[in-house]
Amino acid sequence: MTDFKLQGQPKVVEPTIYELSTPGRTGVTFPDPDVPRAQLPDSMLRGRLPLPELSEADVIRHFVKLSTFNYSVDSGFYPLGSCTMKYNPKINEDAARLPGFTRLHPLQPIETTQGALVLMYQLQEWLKEISGFDAVSLQPAAGAHGELTGVLIMRAYHIHRGDDKRTKMLIPDSAHGTNPASSAMSGLQVVQIPSDERGNVGLDALRAACDETTIGMMLTNPNTLGLFDEHVEEISKIVHEAGGLMYGDGANLNALMGIAKMRDLGFDVMHFNLHKTFSTPHGGGGPGSGPVGVTAELADFLPAPIVDIVEEGNEDLPPLFGLVSPAKTIGRVKSFHGHFGVLVRAFTYIAMHGADGLRKVSEYAVLNANYLLARLRDAYTVPYDRTCMHEFVAEGRFADAPGIHALDIAKRLMDYGFHPPTNYFPLIVHEALMIEPTETENKDTLDAFVEAMLKIADEARSAPDLLHAAPQKTPFGRLDEVKAAKELILCCWLPEDYGNQ
Amino acid sequence: MTYIPHSLQERDAMLATIGVKKIEDLFEAVPAAHRFPALNLPPALSEMEAAAELQELALANETTQDLVSFLGAGVYNHYIPAAIDHILSRGEFYTAYTPYQPEISQGTLQAIFEYQSMMSELTGMEVSNASHYDGATALAEAVIMAVAQFRGKRKKIVTSPGVHPQYRATTHTYIQHGELQLVGAELDPSSGPEALIPLIDENTALVAVQYPDFFGRIYDYTQLAEAAHAAGALFAVAANPTALGLLKPPGEMGADIVVGEGQPLGIPLSYGGPYLGFFTTRKKFVRKMAGRLVGESTDSRGQRAFVLTLTPREQHIKRERATSNICSNQGLMALAASVYMSLLGQTGLRQVAELCYHKAHYAAEQVAKIPGYSLCYDEPFFHEFTVCCPKPVAEINEHLLEHGIIGGYDLGQDYPDMQNHMLIAVTEMNAKEEIDALAAVLAEVSHD
Repeated sequence: MTDFKLQGQPKVVEPTIYELSTPGRTGVTFPDPDVPRAQLPDSMLRGRLPLPELSEADVIRHFVKLSTFNYSVDSGFYPLGSCTMKYNPKINEDAARLPGFTRLHPLQPIETTQGALVLMYQLQEWLKEISGFDAVSLQPAAGAHGELTGVLIMRAYHIHRGDDKRTKMLIPDSAHGTNPASSAMSGLQVVQIPSDERGNVGLDALRAACDETTIGMMLTNPNTLGLFDEHVEEISKIVHEAGGLMYGDGANLNALMGIAKMRDLGFDVMHFNLHKTFSTPHGGGGPGSGPVGVTAELADFLPAPIVDIVEEGNEDLPPLFGLVSPAKTIGRVKSFHGHFGVLVRAFTYIAMHGADGLRKVSEYAVLNANYLLARLRDAYTVPYDRTCMHEFVAEGRFADAPGIHALDIAKRLMDYGFHPPTNYFPLIVHEALMIEPTETENKDTLDAFVEAMLKIADEARSAPDLLHAAPQKTPFGRLDEVKAAKELILCCWLPEDYGNQ
Repeated sequence: MTYIPHSLQERDAMLATIGVKKIEDLFEAVPAAHRFPALNLPPALSEMEAAAELQELALANETTQDLVSFLGAGVYNHYIPAAIDHILSRGEFYTAYTPYQPEISQGTLQAIFEYQSMMSELTGMEVSNASHYDGATALAEAVIMAVAQFRGKRKKIVTSPGVHPQYRATTHTYIQHGELQLVGAELDPSSGPEALIPLIDENTALVAVQYPDFFGRIYDYTQLAEAAHAAGALFAVAANPTALGLLKPPGEMGADIVVGEGQPLGIPLSYGGPYLGFFTTRKKFVRKMAGRLVGESTDSRGQRAFVLTLTPREQHIKRERATSNICSNQGLMALAASVYMSLLGQTGLRQVAELCYHKAHYAAEQVAKIPGYSLCYDEPFFHEFTVCCPKPVAEINEHLLEHGIIGGYDLGQDYPDMQNHMLIAVTEMNAKEEIDALAAVLAEVSHD
């Protein structure tokens, strides 16, 4: 265990924005009103508002300094499993910042927003083509939000056909935590299905769990072990025969573009993670975008609004695009029409790849993952060892180095200049290290990562303290998480206000 | 165009290491009948061609820059200081993931911690989370939190008709299988907060209002908060952050939860998103709150440092017992809001709020002078007001658009009894001449 014993006050590396404040400074000024001043509502005015006061230069330096503490895709290799941290093309950023997009109010008359609506319509069509589905809504804000939307659609479908007994969602033990959480938010019970020895869904357990209370199954394919489920068609058949629907978690779609269409594999509804597969940046936690695709049977339940042609065109006029509400919609899942700025980036990405380009993305994502797997499998135990898709899961533990955990390996990787893989997920692998290189990394980077991983495997035996003490070459060391949760300091204040708290 | 760096030699060397002949061999687990389907997509564009196509699509829109806009209804056209996008464009921020590895994510973590601090101050509350998708989903999460607070035993949610219709619709979608009762929307929109009091009872989990309300009005909700608390219920306010630069914060009125749309804090209109849902509450509810939370701590070297805390509330730990399914949030938009508030400080934010206030009041005065038009309500308002018009709003807006003006929001779309009611928003971006032009064209319409 790391020793967090503190001698005196902690050292401040970069003061908080509040600590940098001096009364009377400002970073931006505004003109005086060009209209007569109105009487302010005295009884409703607030007293002081303790926000920090800084010049523009001070603000810039503070946030630039903070940015240097971050590791990012732009600074290096980020093989964070299940997150698809591929390179984010710069043209996408420029496209999303075009004033013709950023200055559009969402409630403007559609006659003034045809460019935006055409883009959204086109993106819906492309996502349909990539997945094989019949209808797509771009509204959901993130993957988990897409899950909630999809699960609500599944419920609405069953209830609409007069079957309100279906309240159990089947979810494999390898699933992302959002799957059971989204099901619970929709008022459903979760039934966990164990995986078999090859990392597939256990078919006997699945058959036993299916009955007339099954709303359906949420399946990630490739799954979180990075493996394509060898029985995916059989799984769909079992769930469908029980009257359930198949939900596809699209978190791992980066392995499947032009490789297989989710609809063809038997799924009825899925969400896309534009911030994974389609290269829109993760933004330090968001914004994402989680469009949902469905079969024709479910199209009427999509959240409102979706983009459609509201007036057919003719020889002289293009069609008029507008926002429509599907007939039996589950309702609205957020305000307005989705994360439009994110949609622009994904649109640009697809437009620049075409069919062959997208297939190549998936092929090389899988090539890179299998290359890492081939080079690492002798040094690290891979419990479900077969050809992987875009990622694979190794164990971060060694029989002859009992004090070493996945966490130590993760932290030591930072010393070698890499972002660690996802650790401790999926839960079915002990000390999991989930490695997803993505297609945008070159062989030199992959080789350097392998060298680091092999060295760490040696160090685990020869110099375990190096791993326990890691990271040492980063601007910060390991964090005292217990102290954070115990003291719960969740805010800072202006220096003069500290006494009042 | 491709972002794949492999040379053919490298590809072949990698295939040899793996022990397969060609890339296609890696996909044998995919059912053969469905393997490698043709995708009917347009041919790939070079960057140059893509830039031109995107520019063309962008130019096919008429924006609030090309036209004069008086649209608000939850989204506001404010000036965005240049410095914000320069910070947001730093790859260190926008190409990083959620800060699960604190040793190499202190930039994001400290920025979120500062965001939490500023949002708590702005709303007059004690803690803030790291963001929700938008104002609508933040309100839905507030409802879920309130219901959880009473372990599902209280089934009633009282909301004012003055809460944004899309927030109420979103909340309804979220809780549709929760056997909850959403009441209050049926009240006359002209009624004030006191009309909600009779609806509050021992079965009420949450009372939710908006500040300023959807029609632009400012109410002191202190008495309503007291009524909610007297029944044991929680009280939530969906607030406009610009207004809080000038007006008494909901925390001073007794709010237990303050949510809202953070878009006015330096985030572009961008046709509806991405925006920023903010969520602040009292410290005693922090363990029931959804979303990420950053706390102060120290690292192994004795340095002050920040880390995600109270994570056992979250889906990746608690799965189906989590407080919410939220994972991705609006991290980068929260950063935009932090930079905005840091640049403006209390003086700048107050200045923007006052500019909006004065200009909106000037506009209201001009519009109310036109025969046939009147202000629908007498209550104080902030930067948005409701006008009773002599004709259907759609008709008036068509006429305004011919003169290069985007008119106000047509309230009849959401409130069937409010045909001919227009919601006009005015911000610091609207010059006096623009307001005068609006009044002149409205006068023309009434003469027709």
